[in-house]
Amino acid sequence: MLSGLEAAFFYLFAFVVVASAFMVISARNPVHSVLFLILAFFNAAGLFLLAGAEFLAMILVVVYVGAVMVLFLFVVMMLDVDFAELKSGALQYAPIGALVGLILAAELIVVTAGYAFAPELGGAVAQPTPDIATRHNTAALGDILYTDYIFQFQMAGLVLLVAMIGAIVLTLRHKENVKRQDVVAQVARKPVIEVKKVETGKGV
Amino acid sequence: MEVGVAHFLAVSAILFTVGVFGIFLNRRNVIVMLMSIELILLAVNINFVAFSAVLGDLAGQVFALFVMTVAAAEAAIGLAILVVFFRNRGTIAADDVNMMKG
Repeated sequence: MLSGLEAAFFYLFAFVVVASAFMVISARNPVHSVLFLILAFFNAAGLFLLAGAEFLAMILVVVYVGAVMVLFLFVVMMLDVDFAELKSGALQYAPIGALVGLILAAELIVVTAGYAFAPELGGAVAQPTPDIATRHNTAALGDILYTDYIFQFQMAGLVLLVAMIGAIVLTLRHKENVKRQDVVAQVARKPVIEVKKVETGKGV
Repeated sequence: MEVGVAHFLAVSAILFTVGVFGIFLNRRNVIVMLMSIELILLAVNINFVAFSAVLGDLAGQVFALFVMTVAAAEAAIGLAILVVFFRNRGTIAADDVNMMKG
């Protein structure tokens, strides 16, 4: 798939992704965790670029780094949490976590390293990638996203709408002692509103 | 040295494992648990993109796009719940989430 300079960049991006992922879960300060996660996403975008998914790489940078990670950073900095207290007893579950992780990694790597295509599945491609010289990645993705996958695309939009409304409903709160203008009460008040002629320089 | 789909899958497997290990390691800190879930979803996306590239099938990239959508929605809702919980209880420790006695 990749060779020469591309392979060198693959190893660079892969190493930085894995190293920063380790820093995300082991950093003492959650702000550092978020910043390392941003680094991980940037390098994963590099991996996407190497695999030829240019649009997804840019979306990863724009949506994840630009929106989701900023949201994380905002929440981490807004909440006044004693993170040192949360970190206490963290190593209690580390051995079993390491065991589960090692078994999982070994299984996944054994499965994926011994992976081979069945030759009869070669023709079963749902959406063949057009030649990059005639149709670039973003346009090709748009071609199928707005035609064959329009229903799923609309559903994705609906999911985001529900998420937005849900987040607003969850975090919105009405304070009791805040004075707001109540137009209905003002208009409907008794006695009936009257118009006064105010003389110049005298006031009401 | 030739880099093939197996290399992409290995990176994604390691990333997935780090995410799972992160949930074990930060059992009390909900924010870092949410970040671990983001790592896991990123690993899934790398898998989708690698297979999409090696099979010449764009449907994998479309699916990765939908995974990103759901991940963004999940992060927004998760953080909103976290903010509400912090407002009510003054902590975000996962073992204090026991009001429903589940």
